[in-house]
Amino acid sequence: MSDIAERVKKIVVEHLGVEAAQVKEDAKFIDDLGADSLDTVELVMAFEEEFSIEIPDDAAEKIQTVGDAINFINANAKS
Amino acid sequence: MFDLGGKTALVTGASGGIGGAIARALHRQGATVTLSGTRADALEQLRGSLGERAHVVAARMDDPADIDRLAKEAEAAMGKLDILVNNAGITRDNLSMRMKDEEWEKVLQVNLTGTFRLIRAAIRGMMRRRHGRVINITSIVGVTGNPGQANYAAAKAGLIGMSKSLAQEFASRAITVNCVAPGFIATPMTDVLTDDQKKAILGRVPAERLGTPEEIAAGVVYLASDEASYVTGQTLHINGGMAMI
Repeated sequence: MSDIAERVKKIVVEHLGVEAAQVKEDAKFIDDLGADSLDTVELVMAFEEEFSIEIPDDAAEKIQTVGDAINFINANAKS
Repeated sequence: MFDLGGKTALVTGASGGIGGAIARALHRQGATVTLSGTRADALEQLRGSLGERAHVVAARMDDPADIDRLAKEAEAAMGKLDILVNNAGITRDNLSMRMKDEEWEKVLQVNLTGTFRLIRAAIRGMMRRRHGRVINITSIVGVTGNPGQANYAAAKAGLIGMSKSLAQEFASRAITVNCVAPGFIATPMTDVLTDDQKKAILGRVPAERLGTPEEIAAGVVYLASDEASYVTGQTLHINGGMAMI
């Protein structure tokens, strides 16, 4: 579980160029981490690749915080 | 200037007059090219004449599954995709009063919807690599209209609006999206015109001649180059002065 959280946070840090300390589970991608709408699409694509899952559009819309992403992947990742 | 060494390009409609010239010009500038179209034998022939750095992936632009396969196979063959040239297009000319639904739909499906689908499938890799060039071949008639071509003109005008939207979506990722709008060019598509029709057209062209496919290809090379990195959402008209917009 924590492994997934670490991997999600690593992707967010690399993609958005933010400090690891900012990537808290309640941090919102757009409001707190400076992402634009295209960044959120790219993050979802990166999560899909990293965890070999598909994130449907309606689920992707609900992923607004780092914690949302971790919870979705915890519930849906195959490994 | 305009060196494309190390770059990779996918050209649809490469079995046609303009598409073949575009593929040859990109290849001459150093790009690795994937040739797509429906006529596999013509594509193979072009690949043979290009030699190294050329691949063929035949595909139908009216088949969504085929379009996804084309994007995947072109990336797999070349390792990445830097430049996408959407040149595939068909005509089903008819006066609007006589135009059948299937003539309208087929032209929109291949020329506009197919192009959108291929861009959507190909742009992921460009976003990831923070570099890309999308060049859509539209037409002068997409801006001026042309009797008997309501379907074709609508599709070509649609490409221009689509390109401007995509240009805004992807500019921050260093991906440019532009159009090239040929006027009347000497190709098999314009060979079918009667001499009277050609004469009437030439009367409207200040340059007093048809354009060549190579003159269109030169515009594509420019937009594909690193030198054109600040040009996006534009339509480059190459038409001998036929319309100045």
